Amino acid sequence: MVHRTPRRITIVGASIAGLRAAESLRRRGYDGALTLVGEEAITAYQRPALSKSYLTGDRQASDLVLPRQDLDADLRLSTRAVQLDTAARQVWLREDDGPPYPQPYDGLLIACGTRARRLPGGDLAGVHTLRTVADADALRADLRTGGPRVAIIGGGFIGQEVAATARGLGLDTTLIDPLPVPGARALGLRTGQVLAGLHTDHGTRLRMGCGVTGVEGGDRVTGVRLSDGGLVPADVVVVGIGVEPAADWLAGSGVLLDNGVRCRGNLAAYGAPGIAAAGDIACWDHPRLGRPVRIEHWENAVRQADTAAGTLLDGVSAPAYDTTTMFWSNLYDSRVQVVGHPGPDDTLEIVEGDPKTRRFVGIYRNDTGGPTGVLLFNMAHRLADYRGTGLDEGLPSSLAS
Amino acid sequence: MKITVNTDVCIGAAMCTGLSPQVFTLDEEGIVSLRETNPPEELRARIEQAVGFCPVAAIKIQD
Repeated sequence: MVHRTPRRITIVGASIAGLRAAESLRRRGYDGALTLVGEEAITAYQRPALSKSYLTGDRQASDLVLPRQDLDADLRLSTRAVQLDTAARQVWLREDDGPPYPQPYDGLLIACGTRARRLPGGDLAGVHTLRTVADADALRADLRTGGPRVAIIGGGFIGQEVAATARGLGLDTTLIDPLPVPGARALGLRTGQVLAGLHTDHGTRLRMGCGVTGVEGGDRVTGVRLSDGGLVPADVVVVGIGVEPAADWLAGSGVLLDNGVRCRGNLAAYGAPGIAAAGDIACWDHPRLGRPVRIEHWENAVRQADTAAGTLLDGVSAPAYDTTTMFWSNLYDSRVQVVGHPGPDDTLEIVEGDPKTRRFVGIYRNDTGGPTGVLLFNMAHRLADYRGTGLDEGLPSSLAS
Repeated sequence: MKITVNTDVCIGAAMCTGLSPQVFTLDEEGIVSLRETNPPEELRARIEQAVGFCPVAAIKIQD
Protein backbone atom coordinates (compact mmCIF):
# COMPACT_ATOMS: atom_id res chain seq x y z
CA MET A 1 0.00 0.00 0.00
CA VAL A 2 1.39 3.37 -0.99
CA HIS A 3 1.58 5.74 1.93
CA ARG A 4 0.03 9.12 1.24
CA THR A 5 1.20 11.97 3.41
CA PRO A 6 -1.76 13.24 5.44
CA ARG A 7 -3.19 16.73 5.00
CA ARG A 8 -5.66 16.75 7.89
CA ILE A 9 -4.21 15.58 11.18
CA THR A 10 -6.10 15.47 14.45
CA ILE A 11 -4.30 14.89 17.73
CA VAL A 12 -6.49 13.64 20.56
CA GLY A 13 -4.77 14.76 23.75
CA ALA A 14 -3.25 18.19 24.39
CA SER A 15 -1.06 17.24 27.30
CA ILE A 16 2.69 16.80 26.96
CA ALA A 17 2.64 14.00 24.35
CA GLY A 18 -0.01 15.65 22.19
CA LEU A 19 1.56 19.07 22.32
CA ARG A 20 5.07 17.85 21.59
CA ALA A 21 3.72 15.71 18.74
CA ALA A 22 2.09 18.80 17.23
CA GLU A 23 5.38 20.67 17.47
CA SER A 24 7.23 17.75 15.93
CA LEU A 25 4.81 17.60 12.98
CA ARG A 26 5.45 21.27 12.21
CA ARG A 27 9.19 20.91 12.73
CA ARG A 28 9.14 18.04 10.24
CA GLY A 29 7.57 20.32 7.66
CA TYR A 30 3.94 19.26 7.89
CA ASP A 31 1.92 22.27 6.68
CA GLY A 32 -1.57 20.76 6.48
CA ALA A 33 -4.49 21.26 8.83
CA LEU A 34 -3.76 20.44 12.47
CA THR A 35 -6.38 20.05 15.20
CA LEU A 36 -5.35 19.58 18.81
CA VAL A 37 -8.05 18.23 21.12
CA GLY A 38 -7.69 18.41 24.90
CA GLU A 39 -10.08 17.26 27.59
CA GLU A 40 -8.82 19.75 30.15
CA ALA A 41 -9.23 23.52 29.79
CA ILE A 42 -5.49 24.15 29.32
CA THR A 43 -2.76 22.77 27.07
CA ALA A 44 0.19 20.75 28.37
CA TYR A 45 1.22 21.74 31.86
CA GLN A 46 3.50 20.72 34.70
CA ARG A 47 1.54 17.65 35.67
CA PRO A 48 4.28 16.27 37.97
CA ALA A 49 3.68 19.28 40.25
CA LEU A 50 0.10 18.21 40.97
CA SER A 51 1.14 15.74 43.66
CA LYS A 52 3.76 18.06 45.14
CA SER A 53 4.29 21.82 44.98
CA TYR A 54 0.88 22.60 43.49
CA LEU A 55 -0.81 21.13 46.58
CA THR A 56 1.24 23.22 49.00
CA GLY A 57 1.58 26.45 47.02
CA ASP A 58 -0.86 29.04 45.78
CA ARG A 59 -0.30 28.72 42.07
CA GLN A 60 -3.19 28.75 39.66
CA ALA A 61 -3.62 26.15 36.96
CA SER A 62 -2.61 28.71 34.32
CA ASP A 63 0.76 29.12 36.08
CA LEU A 64 1.55 25.49 35.29
CA VAL A 65 1.02 25.74 31.53
CA LEU A 66 4.20 24.97 29.61
CA PRO A 67 5.42 27.32 26.90
CA ARG A 68 4.55 26.12 23.43
CA GLN A 69 5.78 26.96 19.98
CA ASP A 70 3.55 28.63 17.45
CA LEU A 71 1.64 25.66 16.08
CA ASP A 72 -0.82 27.17 13.62
CA ALA A 73 -3.24 24.62 15.05
CA ASP A 74 -6.94 24.59 15.74
CA LEU A 75 -7.09 24.17 19.52
CA ARG A 76 -10.20 22.46 20.90
CA LEU A 77 -9.97 22.51 24.67
CA SER A 78 -12.47 21.20 27.22
CA THR A 79 -13.20 18.75 24.43
CA ARG A 80 -12.94 14.98 24.40
CA ALA A 81 -13.14 12.30 21.78
CA VAL A 82 -16.24 10.15 22.28
CA GLN A 83 -16.12 7.78 19.31
CA LEU A 84 -13.92 6.80 16.40
CA ASP A 85 -15.21 5.76 12.97
CA THR A 86 -12.19 4.39 11.14
CA ALA A 87 -14.19 3.51 8.00
CA ALA A 88 -15.37 7.09 7.52
CA ARG A 89 -12.12 8.44 9.02
CA GLN A 90 -13.97 10.61 11.47
CA VAL A 91 -13.39 11.12 15.13
CA TRP A 92 -16.42 12.30 17.08
CA LEU A 93 -15.70 15.12 19.49
CA ARG A 94 -17.69 16.67 22.27
CA GLU A 95 -17.07 19.99 23.99
CA ASP A 96 -18.21 19.90 27.62
CA ASP A 97 -21.89 18.91 27.48
CA GLY A 98 -22.40 20.04 23.89
CA PRO A 99 -23.55 17.74 21.11
CA PRO A 100 -21.02 15.32 19.60
CA TYR A 101 -19.77 16.33 16.16
CA PRO A 102 -17.59 14.57 13.59
CA GLN A 103 -14.06 15.69 12.84
CA PRO A 104 -12.65 14.24 9.61
CA TYR A 105 -9.01 13.15 9.58
CA ASP A 106 -6.52 11.43 7.35
CA GLY A 107 -3.98 11.22 10.14
CA LEU A 108 -4.92 10.62 13.78
CA LEU A 109 -2.57 10.72 16.72
CA ILE A 110 -3.90 9.22 19.93
CA ALA A 111 -2.27 10.83 22.95
CA CYS A 112 -5.11 11.12 25.45
CA GLY A 113 -3.22 9.29 28.17
CA THR A 114 -4.79 7.62 31.13
CA ARG A 115 -7.30 8.29 33.85
CA ALA A 116 -7.08 7.49 37.52
CA ARG A 117 -8.53 4.17 38.58
CA ARG A 118 -11.30 4.66 41.11
CA LEU A 119 -12.26 2.64 44.12
CA PRO A 120 -15.61 0.89 43.75
CA GLY A 121 -18.07 2.77 45.95
CA GLY A 122 -15.51 5.49 46.62
CA ASP A 123 -17.72 8.43 45.69
CA LEU A 124 -18.06 9.97 49.17
CA ALA A 125 -17.09 13.59 49.70
CA GLY A 126 -13.48 13.73 50.83
CA VAL A 127 -12.39 10.82 48.64
CA HIS A 128 -10.05 11.92 45.86
CA THR A 129 -8.13 10.65 42.90
CA LEU A 130 -5.32 12.72 41.42
CA ARG A 131 -4.72 13.07 37.72
CA THR A 132 -5.94 16.44 36.48
CA VAL A 133 -5.69 20.04 37.63
CA ALA A 134 -9.34 19.87 38.68
CA ASP A 135 -8.50 16.83 40.85
CA ALA A 136 -5.58 18.71 42.40
CA ASP A 137 -7.70 21.82 43.05
CA ALA A 138 -10.27 19.74 44.91
CA LEU A 139 -7.64 17.86 46.92
CA ARG A 140 -5.76 21.06 47.75
CA ALA A 141 -8.92 22.66 49.11
CA ASP A 142 -9.63 19.64 51.31
CA LEU A 143 -6.05 19.32 52.58
CA ARG A 144 -6.09 22.95 53.71
CA THR A 145 -9.36 22.88 55.56
CA GLY A 146 -9.28 22.12 59.26
CA GLY A 147 -6.10 20.03 59.47
CA PRO A 148 -7.60 16.79 58.18
CA ARG A 149 -6.34 13.29 58.89
CA VAL A 150 -5.20 11.90 55.55
CA ALA A 151 -5.29 8.28 54.42
CA ILE A 152 -3.74 7.29 51.12
CA ILE A 153 -4.72 4.07 49.44
CA GLY A 154 -1.89 2.80 47.27
CA GLY A 155 1.85 3.06 47.89
CA GLY A 156 2.95 3.74 44.31
CA PHE A 157 4.55 6.98 43.20
CA ILE A 158 1.41 9.11 43.36
CA GLY A 159 0.44 7.77 46.76
CA GLN A 160 3.92 8.24 48.18
CA GLU A 161 4.25 11.74 46.77
CA VAL A 162 0.90 12.82 48.19
CA ALA A 163 1.88 11.29 51.55
CA ALA A 164 5.10 13.28 51.58
CA THR A 165 3.24 16.44 50.61
CA ALA A 166 0.56 15.93 53.26
CA ARG A 167 3.23 15.41 55.92
CA GLY A 168 4.94 18.55 54.64
CA LEU A 169 1.69 20.35 55.49
CA GLY A 170 1.94 18.86 58.98
CA LEU A 171 -1.04 16.56 58.52
CA ASP A 172 -1.59 13.20 60.20
CA THR A 173 -0.90 10.86 57.28
CA THR A 174 -1.28 7.13 56.74
CA LEU A 175 -0.14 5.25 53.63
CA ILE A 176 -1.88 1.92 52.92
CA ASP A 177 -0.76 -0.79 50.49
CA PRO A 178 -1.20 -4.59 50.26
CA LEU A 179 2.50 -5.14 49.56
CA PRO A 180 5.04 -5.27 52.43
CA VAL A 181 6.69 -1.93 51.53
CA PRO A 182 5.86 1.15 49.44
CA GLY A 183 7.08 1.41 45.86
CA ALA A 184 7.58 -2.35 45.57
CA ARG A 185 5.63 -2.74 42.34
CA ALA A 186 7.95 -0.45 40.40
CA LEU A 187 11.21 -0.71 42.31
CA GLY A 188 11.17 -4.02 44.18
CA LEU A 189 11.30 -4.92 47.87
CA ARG A 190 14.82 -3.78 48.65
CA THR A 191 14.26 -0.23 47.41
CA GLY A 192 10.83 -0.34 49.03
CA GLN A 193 12.48 -0.93 52.40
CA VAL A 194 14.50 2.23 51.97
CA LEU A 195 11.35 4.12 51.02
CA ALA A 196 9.53 2.72 54.05
CA GLY A 197 12.25 4.11 56.31
CA LEU A 198 12.03 7.46 54.57
CA HIS A 199 8.30 7.68 55.21
CA THR A 200 8.38 6.59 58.83
CA ASP A 201 11.29 8.93 59.63
CA HIS A 202 9.13 11.78 58.36
CA GLY A 203 6.19 10.72 60.48
CA THR A 204 4.02 9.08 57.86
CA ARG A 205 2.29 6.03 59.32
CA LEU A 206 2.55 2.92 57.15
CA ARG A 207 -0.12 0.25 56.97
CA MET A 208 1.60 -2.20 54.66
CA GLY A 209 0.41 -5.68 53.83
CA CYS A 210 -3.16 -4.42 54.14
CA GLY A 211 -5.84 -4.58 51.52
CA VAL A 212 -8.75 -2.16 51.58
CA THR A 213 -12.32 -3.39 51.72
CA GLY A 214 -13.96 0.01 51.47
CA VAL A 215 -14.33 3.57 52.68
CA GLU A 216 -16.68 4.47 55.50
CA GLY A 217 -18.75 7.55 56.15
CA GLY A 218 -22.09 9.29 55.71
CA ASP A 219 -22.06 12.67 54.00
CA ARG A 220 -18.30 12.63 54.09
CA VAL A 221 -15.67 9.97 54.39
CA THR A 222 -14.67 9.08 57.94
CA GLY A 223 -12.21 6.27 57.41
CA VAL A 224 -10.77 3.42 55.40
CA ARG A 225 -11.71 -0.15 56.30
CA LEU A 226 -8.82 -2.61 55.98
CA SER A 227 -8.92 -6.28 55.00
CA ASP A 228 -7.62 -7.26 58.44
CA GLY A 229 -10.69 -5.62 59.97
CA GLY A 230 -8.83 -2.51 61.11
CA LEU A 231 -9.99 1.02 60.45
CA VAL A 232 -7.85 4.01 59.49
CA PRO A 233 -9.81 7.11 60.57
CA ALA A 234 -9.54 9.78 57.90
CA ASP A 235 -11.15 13.06 56.83
CA VAL A 236 -9.46 12.99 53.44
CA VAL A 237 -8.76 9.85 51.43
CA VAL A 238 -6.60 9.79 48.33
CA VAL A 239 -6.98 6.78 46.06
CA GLY A 240 -3.70 6.13 44.25
CA ILE A 241 -4.28 2.67 42.84
CA GLY A 242 -2.95 3.32 39.36
CA VAL A 243 -4.32 4.54 36.09
CA GLU A 244 -5.95 2.97 33.10
CA PRO A 245 -5.70 3.96 29.43
CA ALA A 246 -8.43 6.45 28.44
CA ALA A 247 -9.40 4.21 25.54
CA ASP A 248 -13.15 3.69 26.01
CA TRP A 249 -13.96 5.92 23.00
CA LEU A 250 -11.94 3.56 20.80
CA ALA A 251 -14.02 0.48 21.60
CA GLY A 252 -15.43 -1.12 18.47
CA SER A 253 -13.43 1.18 16.16
CA GLY A 254 -11.11 -1.51 14.87
CA VAL A 255 -8.12 -0.01 16.64
CA LEU A 256 -6.58 -2.89 18.53
CA LEU A 257 -6.83 -2.40 22.28
CA ASP A 258 -4.94 -4.42 24.87
CA ASN A 259 -3.50 -2.52 27.82
CA GLY A 260 -3.90 0.68 25.78
CA VAL A 261 -3.59 1.20 22.04
CA ARG A 262 -1.57 -1.66 20.63
CA CYS A 263 1.11 -0.28 18.36
CA ARG A 264 3.86 -1.52 16.11
CA GLY A 265 7.45 -0.73 17.00
CA ASN A 266 7.13 2.67 15.33
CA LEU A 267 3.92 3.48 17.26
CA ALA A 268 1.58 2.97 14.27
CA ALA A 269 -1.66 1.59 15.72
CA TYR A 270 -2.69 -1.95 14.82
CA GLY A 271 -6.13 -2.35 13.31
CA ALA A 272 -6.70 0.83 11.32
CA PRO A 273 -4.61 2.88 8.87
CA GLY A 274 -3.40 6.43 9.42
CA ILE A 275 -3.32 6.20 13.20
CA ALA A 276 -0.44 6.38 15.67
CA ALA A 277 -0.28 6.68 19.45
CA ALA A 278 2.13 8.23 21.94
CA GLY A 279 2.59 8.51 25.67
CA ASP A 280 0.81 6.74 28.51
CA ILE A 281 -1.81 5.17 26.24
CA ALA A 282 0.59 3.58 23.74
CA CYS A 283 1.41 -0.09 24.24
CA TRP A 284 4.02 -0.78 21.60
CA ASP A 285 6.08 -3.70 20.39
CA HIS A 286 9.32 -2.95 22.17
CA PRO A 287 12.03 -3.84 19.64
CA ARG A 288 14.65 -4.89 22.18
CA LEU A 289 12.49 -6.48 24.85
CA GLY A 290 10.43 -8.39 22.28
CA ARG A 291 7.11 -7.78 24.07
CA PRO A 292 4.48 -5.05 24.26
CA VAL A 293 5.36 -2.31 26.74
CA ARG A 294 3.40 0.67 28.04
CA ILE A 295 5.15 3.37 30.06
CA GLU A 296 3.55 6.11 32.14
CA HIS A 297 6.43 8.55 32.46
CA TRP A 298 7.16 12.07 31.28
CA GLU A 299 10.28 11.53 29.24
CA ASN A 300 8.77 8.59 27.43
CA ALA A 301 5.77 10.71 26.46
CA VAL A 302 7.94 13.46 25.01
CA ARG A 303 10.09 11.02 23.07
CA GLN A 304 7.22 8.96 21.74
CA ALA A 305 5.51 12.14 20.57
CA ASP A 306 8.33 12.74 18.14
CA THR A 307 8.42 9.14 16.90
CA ALA A 308 4.64 9.01 16.43
CA ALA A 309 4.67 12.29 14.51
CA GLY A 310 7.26 10.83 12.15
CA THR A 311 5.24 7.65 11.75
CA LEU A 312 2.08 9.59 10.84
CA LEU A 313 3.97 11.47 8.13
CA ASP A 314 6.11 8.63 6.81
CA GLY A 315 3.85 5.61 7.26
CA VAL A 316 4.60 2.22 8.72
CA SER A 317 8.10 2.22 7.26
CA ALA A 318 9.11 4.81 9.87
CA PRO A 319 11.80 3.62 12.33
CA ALA A 320 10.95 1.90 15.59
CA TYR A 321 10.90 3.56 18.99
CA ASP A 322 13.70 2.07 21.02
CA THR A 323 14.81 4.46 23.72
CA THR A 324 15.77 3.87 27.31
CA THR A 325 14.12 6.63 29.30
CA MET A 326 14.31 7.72 32.90
CA PHE A 327 11.81 8.73 35.53
CA TRP A 328 11.97 10.38 38.90
CA SER A 329 10.15 10.95 42.12
CA ASN A 330 10.75 13.61 44.77
CA LEU A 331 9.74 12.58 48.30
CA TYR A 332 10.31 14.80 51.33
CA ASP A 333 13.90 15.95 50.89
CA SER A 334 14.89 12.95 48.77
CA ARG A 335 15.29 12.59 45.02
CA VAL A 336 14.85 9.21 43.44
CA GLN A 337 15.87 8.78 39.81
CA VAL A 338 15.65 5.63 37.74
CA VAL A 339 17.20 5.05 34.35
CA GLY A 340 15.60 2.23 32.42
CA HIS A 341 12.62 0.17 33.47
CA PRO A 342 13.42 -2.49 36.05
CA GLY A 343 10.92 -5.20 36.87
CA PRO A 344 9.75 -5.74 40.46
CA ASP A 345 11.53 -9.07 40.67
CA ASP A 346 14.88 -7.82 39.42
CA THR A 347 17.76 -7.92 41.86
CA LEU A 348 19.20 -4.65 43.11
CA GLU A 349 22.96 -4.59 43.43
CA ILE A 350 24.37 -1.62 45.37
CA VAL A 351 27.39 -0.23 43.53
CA GLU A 352 27.97 3.04 45.35
CA GLY A 353 27.00 4.54 48.70
CA ASP A 354 24.84 2.91 51.35
CA PRO A 355 21.07 2.42 51.51
CA LYS A 356 21.22 3.10 55.27
CA THR A 357 22.27 6.67 54.57
CA ARG A 358 19.74 6.95 51.72
CA ARG A 359 22.51 8.00 49.39
CA PHE A 360 23.32 5.22 47.01
CA VAL A 361 23.38 3.93 43.47
CA GLY A 362 22.03 0.50 42.61
CA ILE A 363 21.83 -1.51 39.42
CA TYR A 364 18.85 -3.73 38.74
CA ARG A 365 19.53 -7.04 37.04
CA ASN A 366 17.06 -9.57 35.67
CA ASP A 367 17.25 -13.32 36.27
CA THR A 368 19.93 -13.75 33.60
CA GLY A 369 22.05 -10.98 35.11
CA GLY A 370 21.31 -8.43 32.41
CA PRO A 371 21.03 -4.81 33.58
CA THR A 372 17.50 -3.43 33.43
CA GLY A 373 17.89 -0.15 35.26
CA VAL A 374 19.94 2.12 37.45
CA LEU A 375 18.57 3.61 40.66
CA LEU A 376 20.04 6.82 42.01
CA PHE A 377 18.84 7.61 45.52
CA ASN A 378 19.92 11.15 46.39
CA MET A 379 22.77 10.76 43.94
CA ALA A 380 21.63 13.10 41.18
CA HIS A 381 25.14 14.45 40.70
CA ARG A 382 26.24 10.97 39.61
CA LEU A 383 23.54 10.57 37.00
CA ALA A 384 25.67 11.48 34.02
CA ASP A 385 28.16 8.74 34.89
CA TYR A 386 25.48 6.10 34.83
CA ARG A 387 23.48 7.47 32.00
CA GLY A 388 26.38 7.67 29.57
CA THR A 389 26.75 10.85 27.61
CA GLY A 390 23.29 11.11 26.14
CA LEU A 391 19.73 10.04 26.82
CA ASP A 392 19.53 8.25 23.49
CA GLU A 393 22.23 5.79 24.36
CA GLY A 394 20.37 3.78 26.92
CA LEU A 395 22.12 1.93 29.69
CA PRO A 396 25.89 2.26 29.45
CA SER A 397 27.48 -0.85 28.01
CA SER A 398 29.84 -0.94 31.00
CA LEU A 399 26.91 -2.24 33.06
CA ALA A 400 26.46 -5.33 30.93
CA SER A 401 27.46 -8.44 32.80
CA MET B 1 23.76 31.87 22.43
CA LYS B 2 23.10 32.77 26.06
CA ILE B 3 21.08 30.47 28.30
CA THR B 4 19.70 30.73 31.81
CA VAL B 5 18.24 28.21 34.24
CA ASN B 6 15.79 28.95 37.03
CA THR B 7 17.10 27.00 40.00
CA ASP B 8 14.09 28.06 42.11
CA VAL B 9 11.75 25.90 40.06
CA CYS B 10 14.16 23.07 39.12
CA ILE B 11 12.96 19.71 40.42
CA GLY B 12 15.98 17.69 39.33
CA ALA B 13 14.18 15.68 36.68
CA ALA B 14 17.53 15.53 34.85
CA MET B 15 16.07 15.68 31.36
CA CYS B 16 18.54 18.44 30.43
CA THR B 17 21.65 16.77 31.82
CA GLY B 18 20.89 13.65 29.81
CA LEU B 19 20.38 15.59 26.59
CA SER B 20 23.27 17.99 26.90
CA PRO B 21 25.73 17.05 29.64
CA GLN B 22 28.25 19.53 28.18
CA VAL B 23 25.97 22.37 29.24
CA PHE B 24 23.88 21.17 32.18
CA THR B 25 24.83 19.40 35.37
CA LEU B 26 23.11 18.58 38.66
CA ASP B 27 24.63 19.40 42.02
CA GLU B 28 24.56 17.16 45.10
CA GLU B 29 21.07 18.42 45.93
CA GLY B 30 19.92 17.48 42.45
CA ILE B 31 19.50 21.06 41.29
CA VAL B 32 20.59 22.14 37.83
CA SER B 33 23.58 24.36 37.23
CA LEU B 34 25.26 25.48 34.03
CA ARG B 35 28.67 24.34 32.93
CA GLU B 36 28.52 27.02 30.25
CA THR B 37 26.33 30.10 30.09
CA ASN B 38 27.39 30.87 26.51
CA PRO B 39 27.50 27.48 24.85
CA PRO B 40 28.69 27.17 21.25
CA GLU B 41 26.10 27.32 18.48
CA GLU B 42 26.61 23.67 17.51
CA LEU B 43 24.92 22.63 20.77
CA ARG B 44 21.76 24.61 19.99
CA ALA B 45 19.69 21.65 18.76
CA ARG B 46 20.34 19.68 21.95
CA ILE B 47 19.67 22.67 24.17
CA GLU B 48 16.40 23.38 22.36
CA GLN B 49 15.47 19.75 22.99
CA ALA B 50 16.26 20.22 26.67
CA VAL B 51 13.91 23.21 26.76
CA GLY B 52 11.15 21.01 25.33
CA PHE B 53 11.80 18.17 27.78
CA CYS B 54 12.01 20.25 30.97
CA PRO B 55 8.84 19.55 32.99
CA VAL B 56 9.00 22.92 34.77
CA ALA B 57 10.15 25.19 31.92
CA ALA B 58 13.27 26.15 33.86
CA ILE B 59 15.55 26.66 30.84
CA LYS B 60 15.52 29.76 28.68
CA ILE B 61 17.53 30.47 25.56
CA GLN B 62 18.26 34.16 25.13
CA ASP B 63 19.61 34.50 21.62
